[in-house]
Amino acid sequence: MERELKYIDIVEQPISMHPKKFALWLFMVTVVMLFAAWTSAYIVRQAEGNWLEYDLPEIFWFTSGVVVLSSAFLQWAYYSAKKDNMTNVRIGMVITVILGAVFLVGQWYSWVALVDREVFFVGNPAGSFLYVITGMHALHLISGLIFLIIVLISSFRLKVHSQSMNTMEMATTYWHFLGGLWLYLFMFLLLNH
Amino acid sequence: MATATVAHHEAASHDHHDHEHHDNFITKYIFTQDHKMIGKQFLVTGIFWAIIGGFLSILFRLQLGFPDMNLEFLRPLLGGWIDESGKLDPTFYLALVTMHGTIMVFFVLTAGLSGTFSNFLIPLQIGARDMASGFMNMLSYWFFFLSSVIMFISLFIKTGPAGGGWVVYPPLSALEQAIPGSGLGMTLWLVAMTFFIASSLLGGINYITTVINLRTKGMSFSRLPLTIWAFFLTAVIGLLSFPVLFAAALLLVFDRSFGTSFYLSDIYVAGEALPNTGGSAVLYQHLFWFLGHPEVYIVLLPALGITSEVIATNSRKPIFGYKAMIISMLGITILSFIVWAHHMFVSGMNPFLGSIFMFLTLIIAVPSAVKVFNYLTTLWRGNLVFTPGMLFSIGLVSFFISGGLTGIFLGNSAIDIQLHDTYFVVAHFHLVMGSASFFGLMAGVYHWFPKMFGRMMDARLGYVHFWLTFTGVYLVFFPMHYIGIAGFPRRYYSWTNFEFSNMYTDLNMFVSVAAIITFAAQFIFLFNFFYSMYRGRKATLNPWRSNTLEWTTPLHPGHGNWPGEIPTVYRWPYDYSKPGAAEDFIPQTVPLSQTPESNLPHEQELVKMELEIMKDEEQVLVANESKH
Repeated sequence: MERELKYIDIVEQPISMHPKKFALWLFMVTVVMLFAAWTSAYIVRQAEGNWLEYDLPEIFWFTSGVVVLSSAFLQWAYYSAKKDNMTNVRIGMVITVILGAVFLVGQWYSWVALVDREVFFVGNPAGSFLYVITGMHALHLISGLIFLIIVLISSFRLKVHSQSMNTMEMATTYWHFLGGLWLYLFMFLLLNH
Repeated sequence: MATATVAHHEAASHDHHDHEHHDNFITKYIFTQDHKMIGKQFLVTGIFWAIIGGFLSILFRLQLGFPDMNLEFLRPLLGGWIDESGKLDPTFYLALVTMHGTIMVFFVLTAGLSGTFSNFLIPLQIGARDMASGFMNMLSYWFFFLSSVIMFISLFIKTGPAGGGWVVYPPLSALEQAIPGSGLGMTLWLVAMTFFIASSLLGGINYITTVINLRTKGMSFSRLPLTIWAFFLTAVIGLLSFPVLFAAALLLVFDRSFGTSFYLSDIYVAGEALPNTGGSAVLYQHLFWFLGHPEVYIVLLPALGITSEVIATNSRKPIFGYKAMIISMLGITILSFIVWAHHMFVSGMNPFLGSIFMFLTLIIAVPSAVKVFNYLTTLWRGNLVFTPGMLFSIGLVSFFISGGLTGIFLGNSAIDIQLHDTYFVVAHFHLVMGSASFFGLMAGVYHWFPKMFGRMMDARLGYVHFWLTFTGVYLVFFPMHYIGIAGFPRRYYSWTNFEFSNMYTDLNMFVSVAAIITFAAQFIFLFNFFYSMYRGRKATLNPWRSNTLEWTTPLHPGHGNWPGEIPTVYRWPYDYSKPGAAEDFIPQTVPLSQTPESNLPHEQELVKMELEIMKDEEQVLVANESKH
């Protein structure tokens, strides 16, 4: 019995990806479907006419830059973790978290700008859609931020290093995904507003 | 609690053979992370909902079959929903059909079917200790439980449960002043469905991850039992379509509670114009049916998978066209996403778009027909063993044919103008989706009961249950085709006032009586199920002489499924009645090198490779031994 039990531990995984990482990818698929639904609903509704025309808040350019920058810092932290350079990991991640928070504040100001233009959540769906899309993206970004903070804390407990990259890799993937998702949404809005 | 479970789990992974002694009642039966127990939790909750959903249908069948009946005797149960003259309240009738649909589609045939058998069978049939994440799996059940509690509470509130039909089309569902069922009941419906979607997604992510990552040695995709293929594809469909329902529901929530106008435009209530402008009700229908149509296959595919397994085992023949079965399931999966607008032929959609969707819809007939053909050819000249599970599987094939044929009529946009939203549609989907999936569920319960509880269900009661249900289903739904062709619309409280439909009084009465008998027959199953759980005949390890891995576990498998190592798989799961073999089945765990008398020429080639792999493994084993 004992001998057989030891054997279990060396059974190979049929594919090399860690199951949790794989599950994260599947989760990202569901998020893609969520936003695919809203953006396609946006197009379908827009095609029916009676659509309020307005300019997008300029601050979106700024927040898009911030989100790209945050991804770059996180990638740097990720490489540092691979080389066991723990100081750089923490610096990189702290900057990423701060930039993430800046992004969220920027998104809040985009709503302020919309209200200034008299585009409200309640009213023509053209405006409502913008609030829903940015708001739901911000919610997902908050989940990514929480994930990053958890990894940051575990890096202070020395649980993130070149031999233990799993959570770090997952957090990095998810953050890049959220940034990419925002860039897609921004492009979409630029092309279709 | 959480930390305790985690610690426990870690201990378990070091010590697989005797850890179940550490389980207390709560970790074993309530907050369990064992996929087998979670499967049983889904099953019991699903059965609970099936009784309620069935009972609701009996209530509205009483109204339809016996419109003049005095329902005073239901007052103790329904209270104010029975008015002074002893009649069912019309708005409550709407709530009844809405809740019947919601409960049956989501709570019974999605959670009760997929939740039960995906959880129970995936790790057992692919050779895994448990799901990829036991915690997520537990969460999936408890989200479902929470959703169930909320939906159940909504049945008892003063304004009644949601009443806008299970599709909850706005504006009816979006305006509280429209009907009582669009008030608090609708809010609870939306909250419950949100938790339900979260539960389905957590479950689905787990099923896919487990099937892809945790298969045992030798279990390639071409050796997976068709059950697993079906559960896998079901999970993929759910993963892609449930988020869209969530997106649609969220916009509906904003319309209902925050005053936005996604779906609302130019509406007058009691002569007063509402402020909402610019919304589109058809938009909701598009979003809803993008989930709604794949949902049909979420319900049906697991039942088809179970049927493949049960029919092959009990015909003592390999499944006919294993690859064709997989390809047709893949075809159904893909097609299910591009046919949604056939539910909307009369919604004012562009007719040209309608003909495209008609064309795509009719293509689904091809993979469906392939599956039916394969079931029939598997049965053809097999050594049939008529277990209750087998009978229910054959029943499924029957419903799949008779209900599928009417789908060809309904898929035609021109004919659909006459038949849309009539009882013809009701008859169609109750046969092909409702009854077929229900029979798949029953086949699964009868077939895997020995593995779930270590005891056999009583076969004689099973036969009685089957024949009553099978004839009952046809007696209920076949006449509905005629009522539908005559043009009688669904969801109508009363039909006796119309000249064209009051001639169907007798037929409706007949349907209602048949429905009551069919419902009553389910109590035979309930008795059998719970009685056999404690008093049934003790099962043998492999009662159906089946090939798949779950029958190699002990009678009562612990958490981890196999004491000692997980068996390796050497062949596909359908080696029944192989020419030359001593027995009429060869389990997947028997190496090809042990069965030279029955190997086919190309398998003889594989023997050499197999022996080499086994030698390598032996070395690893020895090396590992010396390390410890």
